Amino acid sequence: MFSDFDFNVIWRSLPYLFLDGMSFTLTLTAIATVGGVLLGTVIAMLRLSSLPVLPAIAAGYANVMRALPLVLVIFLFYFLMPYIGQWALGTDRPIQVGALSSCIITFTLFEAAYFSEIMRAGIQSIPRGQVGAGYAIGLTYRQVMTYVVLPQAFRNMLPVIFTQTIVLFQDTSLVYVLSITDFLGAASKVAQRDGRLTEMYLFAAAVYFIISFTASMCVKRLQRRISIVR
Amino acid sequence: MAMISLRNVSKWYGPQFQVLKDCTTEVAKGEVIVVCGPSGSGKSTLIKTVNALETIQNGEIVVDGITVNSPKTNLPKLRARVGMVFQHFELFPHLRIIENLCLGQEKVLGRSHDAAMAKAEALLDRVGLKVQAQKYPGQLSGGQQQRVAIARALVMDPVCMLFDEPTSALDPEMITEVLDVMVELATEGMTMMVVTHEMGFARKVANRVVFMDAGEIVEDALKEDFFGSPRSERAQTFLSKILSH
Repeated sequence: MFSDFDFNVIWRSLPYLFLDGMSFTLTLTAIATVGGVLLGTVIAMLRLSSLPVLPAIAAGYANVMRALPLVLVIFLFYFLMPYIGQWALGTDRPIQVGALSSCIITFTLFEAAYFSEIMRAGIQSIPRGQVGAGYAIGLTYRQVMTYVVLPQAFRNMLPVIFTQTIVLFQDTSLVYVLSITDFLGAASKVAQRDGRLTEMYLFAAAVYFIISFTASMCVKRLQRRISIVR
Repeated sequence: MAMISLRNVSKWYGPQFQVLKDCTTEVAKGEVIVVCGPSGSGKSTLIKTVNALETIQNGEIVVDGITVNSPKTNLPKLRARVGMVFQHFELFPHLRIIENLCLGQEKVLGRSHDAAMAKAEALLDRVGLKVQAQKYPGQLSGGQQQRVAIARALVMDPVCMLFDEPTSALDPEMITEVLDVMVELATEGMTMMVVTHEMGFARKVANRVVFMDAGEIVEDALKEDFFGSPRSERAQTFLSKILSH
């Protein structure tokens, strides 16, 4: 059966697959990871704070987001965003939000919920005495967080954060629902144009596998290195 | 004038459990007092109220003329002037030794990096650990870590020092090196409040001994009187137990 295969199609479409498709996939992964970790850290800190109301809101946000399928959230945001924008900015018409910015915002907000759980566990893993020691030398709450708790929490959680990033890397393929060309989207388009579905999907699977597997091997090594330093 | 003064300090955990019962004592400038008592008697809680790591519900605490439990007090500023050493050292494991000593100086006192480094090195030298400056806390022994912790408190130029069981998490052979540093500090005239079971240290440098039991200050006596003839039965029992071996 392999005699019918034309693997040349892959070779011919490599620039398109990687320069258009993969570069978008990686960009989205990077933005959603960085944005998600930052926003997630804020959510985690709010959840653990003793402020009124805000911990409940933060917890609600994290729980709702994690209870919804990502595809649904992508759709929902894409259709709702113009109206949210209209309401927020007070304009007459729904504002135009491109599929691209919509999906970047969605992924960041969605991943923030997961990263907030990771950072919450990280912050809670730091012994109370560390906070006391920070206060004892005269640091403020903000400084204790910035210089003592968060650097340690982040470091302890680095392997988990990277593991979540690998999941996110695979999940970015869901942008196909907004007809955005990520790596899988590019492979799909070539596959349908040239009628080479099997070849292209096999190739896409191989690429996803190689990247994800290599990355998780790296995470394992990182885990060992961090545990020695501690 | 008293450097540290506690008046009728009471603290409850929840509505039922009272950890501190009407505690009153003083530490004069240059004085060393040792707080001892059975575990769970509230010693650690009491010493932590002095720099407001523990809040109180009743009474008044004044350190160097500043009322600690007043809502108007700038706590970070006050804490920066009160050095504290913990049972489990609590060095910051992600920072090098020298960075542990510079953090407070730079972020709290606003010293320049160079000034902070110079001060840190001088105090590391003093506790005999200058060569370890670039290491991380995890690479040091318990005794060394505790000496670094003392240096970390001293770089802030504190007006008094609080020690919360500084040797009870240490292996026996490391206790001496920490106590030596503390004795030296005491003889130089540092005001110190020390929670400890090291009665040898108390005999050597303490001016007074405060004995606590069940959240109360049962006895607050001069060292000679305390070790010579403790008045309360509870203190006698405690002493006979810890001095019997």
